[in-house]
Amino acid sequence: MENTSLAHHLILAGLLFVLGLTGVLMRRNLLVVYMCLELMLAAATLALVAFSRFNRTMDGAVLVFFVITVAAAEVAVGLALIVALFRKRGTVQSDALTTLRD
Amino acid sequence: MPDGLFIFFAALTLGAALLLVLSRNAVTSAMGMILALVGVAADFFLLDAYFLGVLQVLVYAGAVMVLFLFIIMLLDTEDATGAYPWKTAALGLATFFLLAAGVLWLFHWSGAVSTVKAGTTPPELSVNPAEFTTAAKSFGRLLYTKYLLPLEIAGFLLLVALVGVVSLSKDNPESNA
Repeated sequence: MENTSLAHHLILAGLLFVLGLTGVLMRRNLLVVYMCLELMLAAATLALVAFSRFNRTMDGAVLVFFVITVAAAEVAVGLALIVALFRKRGTVQSDALTTLRD
Repeated sequence: MPDGLFIFFAALTLGAALLLVLSRNAVTSAMGMILALVGVAADFFLLDAYFLGVLQVLVYAGAVMVLFLFIIMLLDTEDATGAYPWKTAALGLATFFLLAAGVLWLFHWSGAVSTVKAGTTPPELSVNPAEFTTAAKSFGRLLYTKYLLPLEIAGFLLLVALVGVVSLSKDNPESNA
């Protein structure tokens, strides 16, 4: 802890976020896209905790608490939607779901 | 130079995230995701946020990822094989390297982020009502005073999600179009 500065943690959080965004753009499997979205959320929480620690206030850390709560609720609803989609269409590949485009 | 533990866990996190993004098998992706979340939790520990680190492992790497694995194995989706189409690979590589360069410039070379060590109160925060502590007690105090309304809303959100998931996964034949 003594030898890391705020910039180190922000770079790690930023690179994680960029990796997640790349996954969202590249992947076609909706489940993997969803996991990449979660990775972006985790990167954001990492930046929040880093700011909170280096500014010596508790607010960022409490905000992370809410982010984790919302993410858990979001995962439950999103996965239920993906399962409902799979039951109707039989696939979770996003390039096979083009009804609105055609 | 940052210390060895930070380098180790940062490399672990980024490597696992790379596995998540690149693996063609959804189960391998989920394993990479679990490892990346544990790496983030380890970084929380390095930042003295012990409570959040434990919460991250319990809620994210535990409950949420078990749900993900369960759904992946339940749906048993077919894996794409072979290399990525060149358009997708080019888009991914361009996005990653452009934005990664932006991140490095913004947080490292531009000098916008101060390099002060941890534990020095910034001058603009002369009055600090919620000092950073490692105790879980300080979370509780803030949650029930300053953040009481968001806490109530979060509780209500969980209830809404519960009801929504039940109604989504109920098989009602009359709404099948």
